[in-house]
Amino acid sequence: METLKAEKKDTKKKTAIRITGAEAIIQCLLAEGVDLIYGYPGGAIMPVYDELYKFQDRLTHILTRHEQGATHAAQGYARVSGKVGVAMATSGPGATNLVTGIADAQIDSTPMVCITGQVARHLLGSDAFQETDIVGISTPVTKWNYQITRAEEIPEIMAKAFYIAKSGRPGPVLVDITKNAQFDELDFVYEKCTGVRSYKPAPKPDMSAIEKAAELINNAKKPYIVFGQGIILGEAEEQLKALVEKAGIPAAWTILGLSAMDTDHPLNVGMVGMHGNYGPNVLTNECDVLVAIGMRFDDRVTGNLATYAKQAKIIHFEIDPAEVNKNVPVDVAVLGNAKQTLELLLPLVNKKEHKEWLAEFEKKRQIEYDTVIDKDIYPTKPGLSMGEVIEQINVASGHKAVIVSDVGQHQMIACRYAKFKQTKSNITSGGLGTMGFALPAAIGAKMGAMDREVVAIIGDGGYQMTIQELGVIFQHNLPVKIVVLNNDHLGMVRQWQELFFERRYASTVMTNPDFVKIAEGYHIKARRVVERSDLKDAVQEMMASKDPYFLEVRVEKEDNVFPMVPTGASISDILLK
Amino acid sequence: MEKQWFTISVYSENHVGLLNRISGIFLKRHINIESLNVSKSEIENVSKFTIVIFSTEDWAVKIVNQIEKQVEVIKAYYHTDEETIYQESALFKIASNLLFDERQIQNIIKEHHSQIVTVSREFFVLAKTGRRHEIDEMHEALEPYGIMQFVRTGRIAVSKAAMPITNILAEFQNQ
Repeated sequence: METLKAEKKDTKKKTAIRITGAEAIIQCLLAEGVDLIYGYPGGAIMPVYDELYKFQDRLTHILTRHEQGATHAAQGYARVSGKVGVAMATSGPGATNLVTGIADAQIDSTPMVCITGQVARHLLGSDAFQETDIVGISTPVTKWNYQITRAEEIPEIMAKAFYIAKSGRPGPVLVDITKNAQFDELDFVYEKCTGVRSYKPAPKPDMSAIEKAAELINNAKKPYIVFGQGIILGEAEEQLKALVEKAGIPAAWTILGLSAMDTDHPLNVGMVGMHGNYGPNVLTNECDVLVAIGMRFDDRVTGNLATYAKQAKIIHFEIDPAEVNKNVPVDVAVLGNAKQTLELLLPLVNKKEHKEWLAEFEKKRQIEYDTVIDKDIYPTKPGLSMGEVIEQINVASGHKAVIVSDVGQHQMIACRYAKFKQTKSNITSGGLGTMGFALPAAIGAKMGAMDREVVAIIGDGGYQMTIQELGVIFQHNLPVKIVVLNNDHLGMVRQWQELFFERRYASTVMTNPDFVKIAEGYHIKARRVVERSDLKDAVQEMMASKDPYFLEVRVEKEDNVFPMVPTGASISDILLK
Repeated sequence: MEKQWFTISVYSENHVGLLNRISGIFLKRHINIESLNVSKSEIENVSKFTIVIFSTEDWAVKIVNQIEKQVEVIKAYYHTDEETIYQESALFKIASNLLFDERQIQNIIKEHHSQIVTVSREFFVLAKTGRRHEIDEMHEALEPYGIMQFVRTGRIAVSKAAMPITNILAEFQNQ
């Protein structure tokens, strides 16, 4: 038997050039179309930074103020642009500071390549200065990782890194490069990776599964679609819309699916999950066919699994076979890229309307509107609500802005009430729930979509976790709009303490600094709103600004986010108040 | 679902760090690896992990799915004991004087079909290959006389059904 090659490459013949490993890394990035990276220099990555200096006309490096910021910025960039985000750091603490962002990218399937410097090969295992086993540390939270110890390995590994990060279900890849490999020379030829034999990015669609799915959908009386980020990552927005409209199926989204479908579409019924909408949660347990597309039945979506959609036939469109039957047993699994599988499904689906079924969503929406939404976005009682701030942003942005939210109450409110016309517009930390995500992610989002308005919605807690990234916004005059919804509390934890821990507010009350002065310290235009009467004007001023703008809104300190499915409860038992 | 023994067979590229990646899948789910063996396989440059767990089939399926998801894994399978031919090996180091002083030792060697690997003035070494319980029985028989050292390998197993790795690799080559 012939020896089988483990990787497939672009086979065009190219002539080799003799360069250092450090320059090879830059050449690899350029060959992959990278023109922007986020990072922080240090001893073990200095040869690469020296090359970055030489290539600064072709490759922009943004110095974040902390390596965690570099990963979130790379994530924001990737999520908004669909391209691979790149973050770079030195060995030791530089590398370990990337871990939170890597874990976030892993659980939210964000394509990212992280490059870390490492001590020289002969020092590995000697506990040298700034040596940490970042490959060992990052293994559980990366899609793939590798330590390069010889310069000759660089082109092949970098090509593989980008291919793996972007293909199939995307994810973070970490490449650790020892210092000797950066200094040493190699004969450099770059060939893009087009396949790895042990790796199957996306299963091929199986027509018989698609036919079964079509049959279930065509016979359904109360079909219901729940879609997730798989639509966005698979660029299947058009196919989803076509399916929803042709088969007349109400469609709800997970937090990461938000913006894949126009929020004002008549068949878009809202959000599922712990703080999702009333109808979409309750009616999950009344539909007869549940079509889950590009979502993974997270516990925040399903509530108690023992009572989740037990009455329904479940169809799962999914690219990752490991997600099928992981949390919820399904009747039909349609594996593959959502764009491909939905395209194959579409001609088999009958044109239909489900007016009575849709009316049930409308009925529930009205109940939620009367008990929750109206009070959230058009409050009349004293004290500003988070919801009315989001509503003012909707009005001022015309539903066109990219909204980057952090983690907590403000995030749930932003995702519940923000309106979107365009895909890849809702950037938030879904699976990991990383406080501190939004400010650096907004930097990346802005740089990935310079023509778009980017608004970061952040709580006073999360803001202070990565507040130093204001330095990047200031230094590069990035017109990011920053809204801090300040309630002087870690609001979501406080809400749980109120509801489930008899109001024992352990370590959730914060004495905050003057956020306006801090922004002004960074020479960022800043304003504070404490009265409802100023809100509209302030939001409009912010949105009209051509420069970065910071807006602090002092909101009611002890507001709660409803509806809410308490942990472990059935989604049918969602609380409206 | 009832717990039982499963043998998980993983065909993979020979890559530094893959063992860590695979063991992490068990660690994350708090599932104990009862035995683990890594060796070459029937295919050149392809490694084979043989992992034994005591768990439910539901978990076995999920773990195999997670293992297969790893970039360097070509294919993973799980099998029950009935679906595999499996063995373990063990070495016993025993003081040489016992061979002469305790007549019963020679009977144990014969009864358990074990081989004498080496004999020196101080000690001799017995090798035994078989099912886990057979090795346990021999261990039990020898224990009263004193065992200087004992070691047992992880399970190695071949499945009764085919594991068509060559086809998978050929398919990649022909794409």
